Amino acid sequence: MNSLRIAVADGIVISWRNLKRVPRIPELAIFAILQSIMFVLLFAFVFGGAIPLPGGGSYREFLMPGIFVQTLAFASVTTAIAVADDMTKGLIDRFRSLPMARSAVLSGRTFADIVYNIGLLIVLMLTGLVIGWRVHSGVLDFIYGVLLLLFFTYAMAWIGVFLGLSVPTVEVAQQLGFLVIFPITFLSNAFVPIETLPAALQPIAEWNPISALTGAARELFGNPNPFASNSFPGEHPIFMSIVWTIALLAVFMPLAIRKYRAIDR
Amino acid sequence: MAVIEAEGLVKVYRSRKSDVRALDGVDLDVQEGTVLGLLGPNGAGKTTAVRVLTTLLRADEGRATIAGLDVARDAQAVRRLIGLSGQYAAIDENLTGRENLWMFGRLYQLGTHDAKERATELLTRFDLEKAADRVAKTYSGGMRRRLDLAAALIGRPKLLFLDEPTTGLDPRSRLGMWDVIRTQVREGATLLLTTQYLEEADALADEIAVVDQGKIIARGTADELKTQVGGERIEVVVHDRDLLERAAQLIAPDGSASIDEHTRRLTVAAEGGAQQLVDVVLRLGEEQIRVDDVGLRRPTLDDVFLALTGHAAETAPESEETAAPTTAEGESA
Ligand SMILES: Nc1ncnc2c1ncn2[C@@H]1O[C@H](COP(=O)(O)OP(=O)(O)OP(=O)(O)O)[C@@H](O)[C@H]1O
Ligand SMILES: [Mg+2]
Repeated sequence: MNSLRIAVADGIVISWRNLKRVPRIPELAIFAILQSIMFVLLFAFVFGGAIPLPGGGSYREFLMPGIFVQTLAFASVTTAIAVADDMTKGLIDRFRSLPMARSAVLSGRTFADIVYNIGLLIVLMLTGLVIGWRVHSGVLDFIYGVLLLLFFTYAMAWIGVFLGLSVPTVEVAQQLGFLVIFPITFLSNAFVPIETLPAALQPIAEWNPISALTGAARELFGNPNPFASNSFPGEHPIFMSIVWTIALLAVFMPLAIRKYRAIDR
Repeated sequence: MAVIEAEGLVKVYRSRKSDVRALDGVDLDVQEGTVLGLLGPNGAGKTTAVRVLTTLLRADEGRATIAGLDVARDAQAVRRLIGLSGQYAAIDENLTGRENLWMFGRLYQLGTHDAKERATELLTRFDLEKAADRVAKTYSGGMRRRLDLAAALIGRPKLLFLDEPTTGLDPRSRLGMWDVIRTQVREGATLLLTTQYLEEADALADEIAVVDQGKIIARGTADELKTQVGGERIEVVVHDRDLLERAAQLIAPDGSASIDEHTRRLTVAAEGGAQQLVDVVLRLGEEQIRVDDVGLRRPTLDDVFLALTGHAAETAPESEETAAPTTAEGESA
């Protein structure tokens, strides 16, 4: 169909321009990576010794999947900032004045984010390998795990788009992003086993999508995965991360699209 | 045939604190191949009108058509016909000038090869060849403006909307921009342009519509408007404030001179042109009234407003001005 062809072609052009941003402002990617590496160093070498893993195992191998999920979650802030920037600079208006596929601005954006996040993930995995992280499962499980992470990234990108379209300035996008992402990554099993958290916070951490994704990645990569208690999400992290990702997409994709369509109000 | 038509456009920006009636019943029509200048002070509603006509903003009331196509219902078809250069340059700062044009060409549905050729052609035409492969972040304000206009022309649109195309340009770049705009018109484009300068509307537009507080308060050719305003004026700055009244009597016995006590300035319409100026100077000389300054000047937007509305073209409180993109400040080519 012709309109589908245009939608794909325009989406690719938009993805291209979003990805061009990465080498043109290398600081963005470099800081994202440095921030994650800082977390790796902090937890692996500073706090790591003091964090007991129920059931044993290497803390560094436990840590890396948490770092992957945290970094990918933070990437949604990068998305929000870029979208807010396009809004305030009038670029979105320019796109809207062109006879291009309406879907392309958002589909191109979120597709570019996946590509960018694949790059981030590769760098992080290499970092992990350097400090002693290993995959102990089979190739298929590994690929399954990576796909789950990318699927999650896709949902996070839509949250980023929604945020970016909703805020008045880039600075607000940035602050709001950190305000949301920091607490939810810390109220999870990303850095510490859930049973080391205060009892009152444990249920929150168990049902946290970050915990589900981290748990799923640990399971599929064959890393230590001491998910606390006999809670349902703790026992089914893969199932829970699929449910969570679909739920986030089901909520934020329509919200973002509606927001985008309502720009002409 | 009118290719741009609008009837009773109303747009109200609603916010918690107050509602702004940016368009308050605007009727417009622009004939094919002509240039309409929307002239108005800050906050008059020019940008809002352009945004409605270019499908970016939905009007609350009224309707507008471009070549017979409704801007709200047939937005996509309208976009195939128009080129827009907004008030603030909307270009991707992280792409080069060439990449920007290529991208907009592709999104205008040109083939990739076509888009490339068109980009090169426009870069040459807009004197951006040397900077073509530099990221747009490094462009001066004038270069951004030109790149933005080039982007508007990428698909060879029949209809062009230019929102204050020369604001922020130095005098030489402004003349260059005028040339480019005139070329487009010569090649058959229909153009709607907004400006705050009567002089610019005069130079470029076949017809001028004066906008104030969301309404069109006058329409006509530049000459017609100037006649309404009364052509040129004579301005005299009297040295001694006590003699202001006396001097006003001398230069305009009918009492038509306007007096600004604070600046000691007298203004009077000068149908008689230079000869009338000479007469005024002679009369003042005879009475030995000392003057600090005297001269003939053309009517400005202020005069037009004063004449049409009875109030000066005051600038509406501009809350969004400060939040506007930084590209507007300190520009020069
Ligand atoms: N997004 C918005 N939200 C609220 N009010 C707005 C918005 N955009 C414009 N306005 C208000 O609507 C009125 C008309 O604005 P508009 O931008 O159309 O004026 P303009 O004639 O283009 O002015 P300028 O010469 O300063 O560009 C102004 O009072 C302005 O403050
Ligand atoms: Mg404006």
